Amino acid sequence: MDFRLGDNADSLRAALRAYLDEALTDEVEERLYRSGVSHDADFIGGLIDRGWFAPAWSEDLGGAGLDPTSVMVIFEELNRREAPMYATSVSLMVAKALVKFGTDEMRREIVPAVLRAETICVLGFTEPEAGSDVANAQTRAVRDGDEWMINGSKMFTTNAQLGDYIYLLTRSNPDERKHRGLTTFLVPLDHPGIEVQAVHTISGERTNIVYFNDVRVPDSARIGDVDGGWSVLTASLMDEQMASFAPWIVRLLEEVEAWAAETGRIDDPGVRERLGRVAAQVEVALLLRRRCTWMDEEGITRNVEGPMAKLFSSESLTQASQDMFDLIGPDALRSYPDPEAVRGGRIEYMMRFALGTTIYAGTSEIQRTQIAQRGLGLPR
Amino acid sequence: MDLRLSAEQDQLVDAFRSLYAKHAPPDRVRDAELVGHDPELWSQLQGLGVIEMAIDEDRGGWGASMLDLALVAEQHGRHVAPAPLIERQVAARALARLESPRLDDVLSGDRVTSIALHPSVDGVAPAVPAASVADDVLVLVGDALCLVPVSAGSAFENLGSMPLADVGTDGGEVLEGGAVARQVFETALDEWLLLTAAALIGLGARALEIGVEYARERIAFGVPIGSFQALSHPFADSAAALDGARLLAYEAAWAVDEDTDRARELAALAFAFGSESARDASYRSLHVHGGYGFMLEYDIQLYWRRARAWPAVWGAPPDGYRRAADARHGRR
Repeated sequence: MDFRLGDNADSLRAALRAYLDEALTDEVEERLYRSGVSHDADFIGGLIDRGWFAPAWSEDLGGAGLDPTSVMVIFEELNRREAPMYATSVSLMVAKALVKFGTDEMRREIVPAVLRAETICVLGFTEPEAGSDVANAQTRAVRDGDEWMINGSKMFTTNAQLGDYIYLLTRSNPDERKHRGLTTFLVPLDHPGIEVQAVHTISGERTNIVYFNDVRVPDSARIGDVDGGWSVLTASLMDEQMASFAPWIVRLLEEVEAWAAETGRIDDPGVRERLGRVAAQVEVALLLRRRCTWMDEEGITRNVEGPMAKLFSSESLTQASQDMFDLIGPDALRSYPDPEAVRGGRIEYMMRFALGTTIYAGTSEIQRTQIAQRGLGLPR
Repeated sequence: MDLRLSAEQDQLVDAFRSLYAKHAPPDRVRDAELVGHDPELWSQLQGLGVIEMAIDEDRGGWGASMLDLALVAEQHGRHVAPAPLIERQVAARALARLESPRLDDVLSGDRVTSIALHPSVDGVAPAVPAASVADDVLVLVGDALCLVPVSAGSAFENLGSMPLADVGTDGGEVLEGGAVARQVFETALDEWLLLTAAALIGLGARALEIGVEYARERIAFGVPIGSFQALSHPFADSAAALDGARLLAYEAAWAVDEDTDRARELAALAFAFGSESARDASYRSLHVHGGYGFMLEYDIQLYWRRARAWPAVWGAPPDGYRRAADARHGRR
């Protein structure tokens, strides 16, 4: 066994840290905080120039063609600094589905534009009445000759206000069993009949609800087979199966350790005990995530290693951010805009941010069910 | 990164898995509860060279890595084996580090030595693991590491059916003093914490399996109870925690073998997190047995008791977290 990631990974990490120190200025942080939008075109441009934007994509498709370990290191560092990546990483996830299931035109026009960060795609899976039960989508797509008429609404369509396309899951056949009557589309967000309404969240992130009223799209907007949307969707969600929030716990611990050193509280044994607990959560969250990467590197098929990494990291972040908030005391209340805020309000923010991590990309309950059934062999 | 065991390590695990399956099944564990020690099991372990493997080649041993020892400890824990493997290995390694001629007696099997995890206070080292079945105990008395012969009669009944004893430390032989003594003691403690973590992870993993097996078979309200999320979801949390704890313990063992500057921190983290993971898993598994889990007849109680008792001879998870933080941030 060897727990080193290797010299390449170490120098890549150092290069990323240096770049992020320089690129994520106080002005950028301020703008991101005020807007609640995790996107910054200049910042993304810098990543593209350095080959860190689509590191896992093969070179012929416009990526950097890096190995899984390098890709992991890049995301560990970008996420540790909460770099504004959300709009573009979702777009890349959609582009990946387009490469596999999209039309020639989508592959020719939209995929390269996503890889240049000129096109933003957003997810349209969740609905007001269908969250974890994503296959229960009720947004209707009715065929009419060479066109489809779409009616319904999509929830948590983050970045739809600045996006170009929505990757849409619809009910095309209400007579089939629920997983079999679904079809996916890529619909331009400036299409007549589409209305984007802001939804503000506790983390400060702005998301949306998108309404579709008699939206008429050509059949060429369809992704994959008619009524074959479920297999398109599950392939797209595979990436999310390895979501890990380990880098956020790393950041949390760094901030609280810095606070404890600045204030002298670091010498308190009770403080040390609680910092030690978070240090264990950091280590375990990183290891569970790195195990997935190692398996990918070795070509070993993963079973529930991804759900374990996601479950442990998000639940630990939620628990640890609350405990660190409690540890700091009343000053932990102060938010980012207050110049007196502890560590720029990062701990208070992290506690709010953590709530979402146990919900999106598959709730903790979905992850536990997968681990219980596929991992432990417990009955359905 | 490489998480694969070597071919030799696979063989090592297989050898100990078969040994424990044969010589430490649950009825043998029960039979040994009164004294906390199964001499036949120990002689089998000795036959496989558990002391020799823990000692470097230049001191007459086989020079196994800390990761090798952790793999063996994990199998030990899976069977809640009634033999003081870890204490004897750690004590022997400390004697080797002290370059003590007493190591020869241990390697030859003439003397059995354990180690006190806390310094002696007022002439007594309390609750020393494996002491009631040892000839000698290594104890830190003030600033001196002493080898103290164990007198009979100080063993006591305990939660984990362990061979514990309070050891009077007057009149021991001083092997080393001063900073060296303290350093050897702290290193021995790191090793004990790490190997105990590995044993607890094996224990926790087996406890979880026992609970899962029961939940798949037991029918209530017309269905297997394992289909209820109120049961299966806590099991999933334990599965993730134990996988993480295992990776952490292996990383700590690797850090010791590579002599990295995080070895002490990682050993203490592995102990604290491994303890919590094992006791959560054993609690959840015992609980899903319903009233049966409360009965001595069912094996799960063997695991629940040891998940709490084995680590407690040194300390609780908060003690491990503080030790890790001290290693990370320097002594106060």
